[in-house]
Amino acid sequence: MAGDKRRLSFAAFCATIAFFYAPLLVLVLFSFNQSKTMTWGGFSLRWYGDLFFHSRDLWRALENSAVIALASASVSTLLGTLAAVGMYWYNFRLKKYVQISSFLPLIIPEIIIGVSLLIMFGLARMPLGLPTIFIAHTTFCLPYAMLIVSSRLDEFDFSIVEAAYDLGAGELQALLRVVVPVSMPGIIAAFLVSITLSLEDFVITFFVAGPGSSTLPLHIYSMIRFGVSPVINALSVMLMAASVALAFSTRGLVKYVGKG
Amino acid sequence: MRRNLGPIYTTPMALWITAFFVAPVCIIAVYSFCAKATYGGVVWRFSLDAYAALANKGLAAVALKTLLQSAAATVITLALAVPASYYIARSRYKNALLFLVIVPFWTNFLIRIYAWVAILGTNGFINGFLVSAGLLSSPVQFLYNQYAVVTVLVYTYLPFAILPLYATIEKFDFSLIEAAQDLGATKYQSMVRVLLPNIKSGIITAVLFTFIPAFGQYAVPQLVGGRDSFMLGNVIARELTVSRNLPLSSSISVALTLVTMAGVLLFVKFQAGAAQKVRPAREAV
Repeated sequence: MAGDKRRLSFAAFCATIAFFYAPLLVLVLFSFNQSKTMTWGGFSLRWYGDLFFHSRDLWRALENSAVIALASASVSTLLGTLAAVGMYWYNFRLKKYVQISSFLPLIIPEIIIGVSLLIMFGLARMPLGLPTIFIAHTTFCLPYAMLIVSSRLDEFDFSIVEAAYDLGAGELQALLRVVVPVSMPGIIAAFLVSITLSLEDFVITFFVAGPGSSTLPLHIYSMIRFGVSPVINALSVMLMAASVALAFSTRGLVKYVGKG
Repeated sequence: MRRNLGPIYTTPMALWITAFFVAPVCIIAVYSFCAKATYGGVVWRFSLDAYAALANKGLAAVALKTLLQSAAATVITLALAVPASYYIARSRYKNALLFLVIVPFWTNFLIRIYAWVAILGTNGFINGFLVSAGLLSSPVQFLYNQYAVVTVLVYTYLPFAILPLYATIEKFDFSLIEAAQDLGATKYQSMVRVLLPNIKSGIITAVLFTFIPAFGQYAVPQLVGGRDSFMLGNVIARELTVSRNLPLSSSISVALTLVTMAGVLLFVKFQAGAAQKVRPAREAV
């Protein structure tokens, strides 16, 4: 009875998995291809050699990406955490404005954020480069950082903060020695999500980047525009391996901190 | 009584968001009502030209194309996602299967698009295979058309549809399907009239997660689309960086933003409605 229906859903599931993995498997396979084209010409590691020893621009772009990701994730996590604490325990005028204005960037198309920032930087005569990319990345990471820390505060028992006050803790002490340690899993998650968003972003960065400030996604974009390149195949495999490794290790980290 | 420190904690973020999100969006809203200067830029004079231009034939066609491509991507995504998430939810290995769905999306977004360029391009995998097998005499361009755009949109958003659908189907009481069939419903009837109404909120969320971002897409049509498949996002960028028509670029941005926000509001309304309608039905059973 239900078996027939499940056959259909099993087929859809298999089709989905094949659809997801086939393109990536093709990339993995052809990254070991001797020939420059997408027809098999024997096993070779030459594209990995090219990637590691003859792609200076790409490594420069990766360095830019790393610097931007760390900087914007740090600032957005810091501001987002403070705002989450402020919004969670206090009421004040303009709270509604803060709520709405920090929620909108999550639903507005990326291109609008990129284009509007580009127009504003133009008006302010700000030269485009790493600082403008940093500003843009911090802007789109902030709402996520704030929401993630807020959701951690949801599980927070406010009475322990009151206990800290009763025992004579000052505002700063209560914040640093009670609130921050308890919300640490949320803060770490906010930081990691911000890093990921920053490393991944292409559209917004595309508009606010200037000459010489290429990030990794921008560099990949310029490579793709010249069509298929075996070096991108090799790069893809390295990136896949890196993100899988990163995802596994940070999972362990979040779990570990969550327990403590 | 303690001091109200809320504003102190919140001000840094509020200032940042105001300076780098609210202000830029207000600037484009103002620009959209200005006249176009001859060499790019705007003239500070009130004008509705940029909004009148929205109705011109070329732009209306792009808007329609944007709607059709994102609607097609949404329908195909749901057609795959509903049965696939049903299968995951009823499987004994839920977590492993869900993991299998998520892993490919740890790869960089551009790499995932590039994979399709490497497969469908004239010097890509399929052409290489067909030509060397003697089935084609010269490569065929499978890229840079609307089919490529819809395929890659489905590829991009499918997991975002599967996750909320899985979450809803997982909570569904499958004995209801058996009950319906015991009472004489066919398999098809039990799916359409028992399962689907009960997972409506998951379906609505899946539509939101697919249609809204697809509608505002820029990167996918830019990389695998062609003249026939450019979307509103691409026109915004073209008017800004190539034609230097800032008012028009701004008015399209304003329109796109309003449509997106209307979509999200509609979603919130539907979702509230769906929650209200389904709950009594569940309790009745």
